Amino acid sequence: MASRDDIKFLSNPTIGQRRDKYCRFKRFGIKYIDYKDPDFLLQFVNEQGKLLPRRITGNSLKYQRKVATAVKRARHLAMLPYVTDQLK
Amino acid sequence: MRQYEVTFIVDPVLSDEEIKSTLKTYQDMLSREGGEIVHTEEMGLRQLAYPINRRNSGVYYCVEFKLESPSFIDKLELSLRRDERVMRFLTTSLDKYGVKYNDDKRKGLIGKKKDKDKDSQKDQPKAKSDSGKPKTNEKEAVKKVVAAKQELEAVKETDDKDVQEEE
Repeated sequence: MASRDDIKFLSNPTIGQRRDKYCRFKRFGIKYIDYKDPDFLLQFVNEQGKLLPRRITGNSLKYQRKVATAVKRARHLAMLPYVTDQLK
Repeated sequence: MRQYEVTFIVDPVLSDEEIKSTLKTYQDMLSREGGEIVHTEEMGLRQLAYPINRRNSGVYYCVEFKLESPSFIDKLELSLRRDERVMRFLTTSLDKYGVKYNDDKRKGLIGKKKDKDKDSQKDQPKAKSDSGKPKTNEKEAVKKVVAAKQELEAVKETDDKDVQEEE
């Protein structure tokens, strides 16, 4: 009898499925976002150094605000650029 | 009593003594005004993301301190602004999570793998289990070192024998 593993699909069934978005700060219990850690903040900006919207990062509003202030502080301290191209 | 954090960038063109004396002036100023310095982090010479005053790098310092009254912050900022050695500064007040984060960072709980370590900082049991792991790693490292030393000694002994034979 064929087990579940033997079933083969003509096309990849995972294509077209939407991955669930989640707020990483809530899920991993991160309460404080350090503005002195530019490598971490790099995850929340696009290659022009602009903040990514919530609909892409999946952050909750509370933590999106904190990310925004942290990124702005990092920019002030020249740890992240204000304007650039090809940041990543 | 609130906890604050002031980060400033010192001109890298200055001599090492001048850079250190810059830090010292502000540390002295803080302790004179009744502030309690919790920690001073020397982040060292870093590349700037954009030029400031035609400089492409700067020496970063971060001083964490406790203050009874916030009125001194204005004075501190004024003197930082007037100081030509300081290129940029930022003062922030820390909330309880910030204080905890900096505490954990000093203990070395944060900083290896971004997400995993940051989640371990808040959940105490996880943090304990995490802090337990490095110890075993240390033991392994010690074992490795010992083994390496023994090997070295063995090599030396053989070398000595060779030398003796040659003689």
